[in-house]
Amino acid sequence: MLHLVNRSPYVSTSLDSCVKFAKKGSPILLIEDAVYGAMAGTALEKKMESIMKDFTVYALKEDLLARGVTNVIAGIKEVDYTGFVELIEEHKPTTWT
Amino acid sequence: MSDISKIMIMMRKAPYGTIYSFEGLESVLIMGAYEQDITIIFVDDGVYSIKKGMDTSAAGIKDFSPTFRVLEMYDIEKLYVDKESMEARGLTADDLIVGAEVVDTETITKLMEEQDVVLPF
Repeated sequence: MLHLVNRSPYVSTSLDSCVKFAKKGSPILLIEDAVYGAMAGTALEKKMESIMKDFTVYALKEDLLARGVTNVIAGIKEVDYTGFVELIEEHKPTTWT
Repeated sequence: MSDISKIMIMMRKAPYGTIYSFEGLESVLIMGAYEQDITIIFVDDGVYSIKKGMDTSAAGIKDFSPTFRVLEMYDIEKLYVDKESMEARGLTADDLIVGAEVVDTETITKLMEEQDVVLPF
């Protein structure tokens, strides 16, 4: 199952709940305001790195660009809209909003 | 492909602050009418949607929680509550208006993986 997260991890528990309930090894795709969690050098970087031990974390490129997030944590995979569609084709999606 | 889908409604929001909880309940009723295989799960603030003792009369808003109690009439009987979410909010199964099964995180993960669709509210 593909887990989409679209809320900023600074104001929402969406990412926490996603990580709590998602099956280990599942892909997590950060979109919209959730991409702020993908930025390097933040208070959340260590937490993201810990999440990446159990999950493959993606961030949507268009949303990163729109928000000026250019320094993405190493290991987070950037995907564009086409990559987003490919992930949806491979996995049943659900959203943590 | 079967006409019946396994659909999970995941309730994660408190009942009145946003429209999510109400919309989740509406969706349950609609899909129940189409005889789909419905599972409802209450996690995070979603557990507040089925808390006993709500009195919205003074606030002037509609308490839609009694509808959760009549879902059995629609053959919707798979109701689950996340144990951690419930306990974190100081609640026990006795504080809930429905007889939802209290389950742990691993059970919820497994239930989610069994679904055709997981809809968040």
